Amino acid sequence: MRLEDHPIVEFKRGKEVTIYFNGKPIKAYEGETVASALYAAGVRTFSRSFRFHRPRGFFCAIGKCSSCLMEVDGIPNIRVCKVYVKDGMQVRTQNSFPNADNDLLGVLDSIIDRFYPHGSHYKKFNRPRILREFITKRVRGFAGTGNPPKKVFEGEASFEEIETDLAVVGGGPAGMSAAIFAAKAGARVILMDENPFLGGQLVKQTHRFFGSGRHRAGTRGIRIATILADEIKELKNIDVRFETKVFGIYDGIVGAVEKEKKLLRIKPKKIVVATGAYERTLIFENNDLPGVYGAGGVQTLMNVYGIKPGNKGLIVGSGNVGLILTYQLMQAGVKVAAIVEAMPRIGGYFVHAAKVRRLGVPIYTSYTIQRAIGKKKVEAAEIVKLDENWCPVKGSEKRIECDFICIAIGLSPTHELLYQAGCEMKFVPELGGLVPVRNKYGETTVEGVYVAGDVAGIEEATAAMMEGRIAGIDAAIKIGYGGDEALKIREEVVRDLKEFREGPFGARIVAGLQKVTMEEGGA
Amino acid sequence: MSYLVRGYLEEDELPPKPSRERLEERNVAYIECPQEIPCSPCIESCKYDAIKMENINAPPEVDYEKCNGCMQCIRVCPGLAIFILRIKDGKGYVTLAYEFLPWPKKGQEVVLLNRKGEEVGKGKVTWVLPPEKNDHTSLVRVEMDPELIFDVRAIRIIEG
Ligand SMILES: Cc1cc2nc3c(=O)[nH]c(=O)nc-3n(C[C@H](O)[C@H](O)[C@H](O)COP(=O)(O)OP(=O)(O)OC[C@H]3O[C@@H](n4cnc5c(N)ncnc54)[C@H](O)[C@@H]3O)c2cc1C
Ligand code: SF4
Ligand code: SF4
Ligand code: FES
Repeated sequence: MRLEDHPIVEFKRGKEVTIYFNGKPIKAYEGETVASALYAAGVRTFSRSFRFHRPRGFFCAIGKCSSCLMEVDGIPNIRVCKVYVKDGMQVRTQNSFPNADNDLLGVLDSIIDRFYPHGSHYKKFNRPRILREFITKRVRGFAGTGNPPKKVFEGEASFEEIETDLAVVGGGPAGMSAAIFAAKAGARVILMDENPFLGGQLVKQTHRFFGSGRHRAGTRGIRIATILADEIKELKNIDVRFETKVFGIYDGIVGAVEKEKKLLRIKPKKIVVATGAYERTLIFENNDLPGVYGAGGVQTLMNVYGIKPGNKGLIVGSGNVGLILTYQLMQAGVKVAAIVEAMPRIGGYFVHAAKVRRLGVPIYTSYTIQRAIGKKKVEAAEIVKLDENWCPVKGSEKRIECDFICIAIGLSPTHELLYQAGCEMKFVPELGGLVPVRNKYGETTVEGVYVAGDVAGIEEATAAMMEGRIAGIDAAIKIGYGGDEALKIREEVVRDLKEFREGPFGARIVAGLQKVTMEEGGA
Repeated sequence: MSYLVRGYLEEDELPPKPSRERLEERNVAYIECPQEIPCSPCIESCKYDAIKMENINAPPEVDYEKCNGCMQCIRVCPGLAIFILRIKDGKGYVTLAYEFLPWPKKGQEVVLLNRKGEEVGKGKVTWVLPPEKNDHTSLVRVEMDPELIFDVRAIRIIEG
């Protein structure tokens, strides 16, 4: 399953180590996450669902879906897609007996429909209250979230207080650009990301980017990540904290945990939130079967860790993500059976579609996935044609042979921190979900808290970088740095971004932004 | 915009074709990028002012008289939407961007594919720009029947 040769990426694997999965030794390489090492070793069932003990595989591979929770070295509920292998590590599946792959309680899933159908906990046994509480307790009894920890944290915990000008949350293209532009104007910056590397989503984008050359179009996403990271290294007034999770913003004070053992209390003058987005899933029969993955999850597995997701995939969604992923799968030597798209036309750029179409990948427009087929993992999929009213056309079902399915139907902003910080939020479908109200420089209704990138509205990396630059430089200006030169740069980027959004693809974003952008100085 | 239903261009959706005389003179860039997308590396890379684009969202148009076939644009186009065409001594040549393993080699016989991925014949690789010279996008020139140069848009390596 591990890729040795790839046309674009060179996989540098670390030292070989051994981890133990339910007691069995598994070969892994330093620098790999536990999830990818397990996947490479053929493990497909990562967990069991709470209630019905249905098998679950990984989905997002970036720590945002919780379908990969396991017990690691005695500590339960660890997202194994965010933990890196260490020699001798003990990993166990939880909430199953004897293990997640062969869970005796899995039988529940096949018999329970007869007397307690899926979803009925919303309807049955609701009244009287006593009955509801009793039943809920019984159901929870079957479920649970692992065993109590067998081990407690043994390291030395520490605490650090930091005063600085700007705190940037998230080290993707938006966060990196914000940090760079604020630092160049003279501000002291702390840049935090929960990963051990910078780049966010860019680290898996092996293709050349669109946009204008001035904003690095024509360059591969992975290279853009390196260029920005190198620029950050050069700037001495940026303090980068890796493996640092920001958990809250309290009256302008940022709380974070660095490398699981150090609590950070940061007092910045301004904050930029650039936490990116997570993948959406789709409702269809068996959508939780191992083998149904998020498109980004597959990209992470394949382009970051060099592990093939399977032999033949079905892609659901023909936006740019679905189209690019198809091309990238083929570059890794994986076949793509088809792309299905519910809309009557391809959603992404035509040129991306043409790239895979001329290699013979069929694109079914006005089709959707009806169900995933398979007992413990995906063995095939059934797709169906949709009529003008989005209703499945009887008799149009097609069986597509595949061993994995990628859901590429879009992203939702990772908005939780903003919500918690008290920003006024609005649900804007054009921007992908809940987003904060902000002014044209990205400042939200909470003074001094800015947004940039996908968390401000799902768009793409070029726009994310421009938004980051604007937020970073505006924050620096408001603190008192930069002078006229900074003002000039800010207005230039604002203009570039406006031009960038002038086409039909930008029209939707512009419509969305109109609903959440305040007049200047609204904060 | 029915190309967006199909994922490929039909004959009547193709951009204007350079004349046979022009094709016989020297290389020429043929760009199949009909949709309004925010993208402009091609025009930024062209030193001969041969590409016209009103704004970053407008589709590019090539002035075949100004284009000197220098191949700067095809190196950077993220859409892999540019093909360099040529007819010489009665043979047709298409140069395309290629990003798969194994890398094609000069002299190799390859299967020719049209915009839908259908086989339309066989051709011979006559030149390659090695992938390491262009950040892993190889350029491959394939010799074929001149009638095919407006059809062939991909190649498949013959295994074995
Ligand atoms: C398949 C695919 C193809 C794409 N192709 C293109 C393209 O051709 N051109 C283009 O311009 N764009 C493209 N994009 C889009 C682009 O990758 C994203 O829009 C861009 O990465 C968004 O940048 P961001 O900085 O907002 O977020 P991200 O890149 O998602 O970065 C967010 C970062 O924040 C970190 N983080 C989140 N929460 C916390 C927290 N609480 N504490 C600490 N750190 C946190 C995350 O770990 C992450 O590193 C593509 C995306 C995909 C999936
Ligand atoms: S081949 Fe050279 S001259 Fe012709 S359009 Fe491309 S960059 Fe311009
Ligand atoms: S660089 Fe390629 S994809 Fe971008 S506008 Fe030019 S031809 Fe189209
Ligand atoms: S949280 Fe690990 S796969 Fe989603």
